[in-house]
Amino acid sequence: MKKTIDRRKFLLGSVAAGVAGASAAAIHDGELGAPPRTFRAAVPYEEGTADAPPELSGNSGYVYFTPAEAAFIEAAVARLIPDDPVGPGAVEANVPFFIDRQLAGPFGRGDHYYLGGPWAKGTPEQGYQSRFSPAQLYRAAIAAIERYVASTYNGVTFGKLPAPDQDKVLKSFESGDAKLDGGVDAKSFFAMLLQNTKEGYFSDPMYGGNKDMGGWKMIGFPGAHYDYKDWVLRHGERVPFPTVGFKGRAGWKTVPK
Amino acid sequence: MEDGPEMTITLKPVDAVLVGFGWTGAIMGQELCDAGLNVVALERGPWRDTATDFATGFAQDELRYMWRHHLFQNVTYDTLTIRNNVNQEALPMRHLGSFLLGTGVGSGGVHWNGQIWRFLPTDFQTKSHNLRRYGKKAVTDYDLTVQDWGVTYEELEPYYDKFDRLCGTSGKAGNLKGQLQPGGNPFEGPRSNEYPTPPMPQTYGPTLFGKAAAELGRHPFPHPTGNLSQAYTNPLGAQLGACTYCGFCEKFGCGNYSKASPQTTILPSLMLKSNFTLKTECEVLRVEMSSDRKRATGVTYVNSAGEEFFQPAEMVILSAYVLQNVRLLLLSGIGKPYDPKTGEGVVGKNYAYQTMSSVNVFFDDKIINPFIGAGALATVIDDFNGDNFDHGGLGFIGGAYIAGMVTGGRPIEMIYTPQGTPAWGMEWKHAAAKNYLRSFSLSVHGSNMSCRGNYLDLDPTYRDIHGRPMLRMTFDFNGNDHKMSDYLTDRAAEIANAMQPREIKLNRRTGSWNVTPYQTTHNTGGAIMGDSPLTSVVNKYLQCWDVPNVFSMGAGAFPQNAGYNPTGTVAALAYQSAQAIISQYLKSPGPLVRG
Repeated sequence: MKKTIDRRKFLLGSVAAGVAGASAAAIHDGELGAPPRTFRAAVPYEEGTADAPPELSGNSGYVYFTPAEAAFIEAAVARLIPDDPVGPGAVEANVPFFIDRQLAGPFGRGDHYYLGGPWAKGTPEQGYQSRFSPAQLYRAAIAAIERYVASTYNGVTFGKLPAPDQDKVLKSFESGDAKLDGGVDAKSFFAMLLQNTKEGYFSDPMYGGNKDMGGWKMIGFPGAHYDYKDWVLRHGERVPFPTVGFKGRAGWKTVPK
Repeated sequence: MEDGPEMTITLKPVDAVLVGFGWTGAIMGQELCDAGLNVVALERGPWRDTATDFATGFAQDELRYMWRHHLFQNVTYDTLTIRNNVNQEALPMRHLGSFLLGTGVGSGGVHWNGQIWRFLPTDFQTKSHNLRRYGKKAVTDYDLTVQDWGVTYEELEPYYDKFDRLCGTSGKAGNLKGQLQPGGNPFEGPRSNEYPTPPMPQTYGPTLFGKAAAELGRHPFPHPTGNLSQAYTNPLGAQLGACTYCGFCEKFGCGNYSKASPQTTILPSLMLKSNFTLKTECEVLRVEMSSDRKRATGVTYVNSAGEEFFQPAEMVILSAYVLQNVRLLLLSGIGKPYDPKTGEGVVGKNYAYQTMSSVNVFFDDKIINPFIGAGALATVIDDFNGDNFDHGGLGFIGGAYIAGMVTGGRPIEMIYTPQGTPAWGMEWKHAAAKNYLRSFSLSVHGSNMSCRGNYLDLDPTYRDIHGRPMLRMTFDFNGNDHKMSDYLTDRAAEIANAMQPREIKLNRRTGSWNVTPYQTTHNTGGAIMGDSPLTSVVNKYLQCWDVPNVFSMGAGAFPQNAGYNPTGTVAALAYQSAQAIISQYLKSPGPLVRG
């Protein structure tokens, strides 16, 4: 067996194959792939190497989803978090765009997933047991769902179903009652879709979702403020800080003439 | 390389090699280098420092750190296999969930909450104490295999104290040299000193909890914390700042130098020493042994460029996480592997975890502001932990602390909705909008008693990228755990109701252990300590009975897990080990305890 491995080469290769955030910053990834280093009698702080979060590619459109997949995702997340005056829906919060960019990047490739074989189904307690990376799972699952919907509802696509039927279909995946073909575990996919939807709704807007910080404003989370010391003993008062993301908020910017 | 023989480069010998560089690696490095030893630390992950890796400008990022695991072990390259019992086929843990394993310099010491506890004096005599008070069934029902530790609280106290001084722990003593102190934990073992810094001022939720608990006759006190209430300079000269309650501790690095970690307490001193060397991106494959297998000769490791080295060393200190230490012992053939059928063997025996449950509290009229939080911001009661209460007729041993705790209000993870609320749809959205600011959670942090069927060994099927067998974990909660957790969850519910909320929701510990939802990264056992080589892997100084120049650090030494967070005890055991090595072992290398 060839024992020589090169994780750095692997990392760089896989970033180049991805779509989002393919910047040279991958050299300092903060977790793996750095060259081996030896430190002695020094604190190895280096200027200009901050492990800042990745840049997003573009601000609209889909790079991973096909049009048919996008139609499913937009319809499904609109049921998971519907729009009304209390707060934005998932579509209004740009969640489909967020999921698309996540699937096009390291998460979609299964970075931080172990996908090696053999692949047994396992017990519910053993968690995710698919061979698919998240991006592969979305692709396979959406196709399988559309086959399931077409055969159950006379050839209609999920997006064209009335909302109560869409909810019924989603609930049957959530409970595991409905079975999908193509090697897709419906319950496992539903759990991932719901989790990713909430991530897109509540993560920092720099990842493309949570548009105008609408998810945060709805619940009253003011964003990642650095210092609440003055408010620790002000029990029961509303904190009047404006909602802010890592890249600031609209009020920070003046429009040049 | 492909066609020729494998080339392993042999390096210059050192006095001690540290395998892994988190809390115990940093403690051992500091102590052994202070004693003049030449020490090399091998860390499989990267270098990490506050300014570079968790600066305040981007550290509070829930998606990247919690959900995309940016600071955690990447299971793509190395994971473990899991099952609930020996009749199941173990399958890989394909994604982190129940516990979030660390990697890199500082490891879990970077992304912990900073909850600093001491175990109760009776926790160190789980078997003999409960046997004496409740009879044989109490320690043998449910196939329990609980043991005594072979060390006492009194012996560990100076080392607990040393760790408090290192971290600057914020808290209020409840027992100073045997004298009970108002405002602290009246159940704790005697302390030689008051905490280095005063407790954190409490926000609304923990304050309401404390009032309700006191009304019920319980004994609330502020949670001891490594998120500091004020600036502090430790004995090594490292400076920590006051916590700003940003609410991003657990799963995150602290950008404010307010959370005790190897980076904020030890590395500023240790990294400057000329007799200390740190090598990052270097993973130890195994401990090498002499031909008679009575002595370790050093370790073989591979770096991220794929180069393999042999590092000869007089002492090998396993200072990686529990699961890696146990695996290295098994891979290196140190100690006899445990067999659950016969009960014989010791390595992998008595793997245990933490039995967690919670109670959510929902108000209409009170704004809790959960985003004002810190990793150990809580008011706690210890009335039902360990043997602080009479277990007569209850059918279980052990207990839990109950904490009205607000570690933060990170919205993907920490929105509480009332009983019966669906997980999605308009009803969920409205419940989230209504309750986020007006709810918080009581944490029930329960003990986990070891039993015959819970253990660690090597997986027969799955291998890591180096071709080594993965570790196999066989674990489920036992009847003692479930009874304890139900009883304690009911006690938490009493306090929750006494706060007169609109409603509460009980999240009981039901069914089998599930790898998906996060519980705690408090894995214990498998390299347990004790007073006999027949029943334990290491002696009270964490020295391997079978190979006296190998020391195994960490919570792997716990014969069962108490109802507290493990780090304080992990650190105290490491300090005690370092002291024994320096004062006894170096003069006469060999067994520190006769087996």
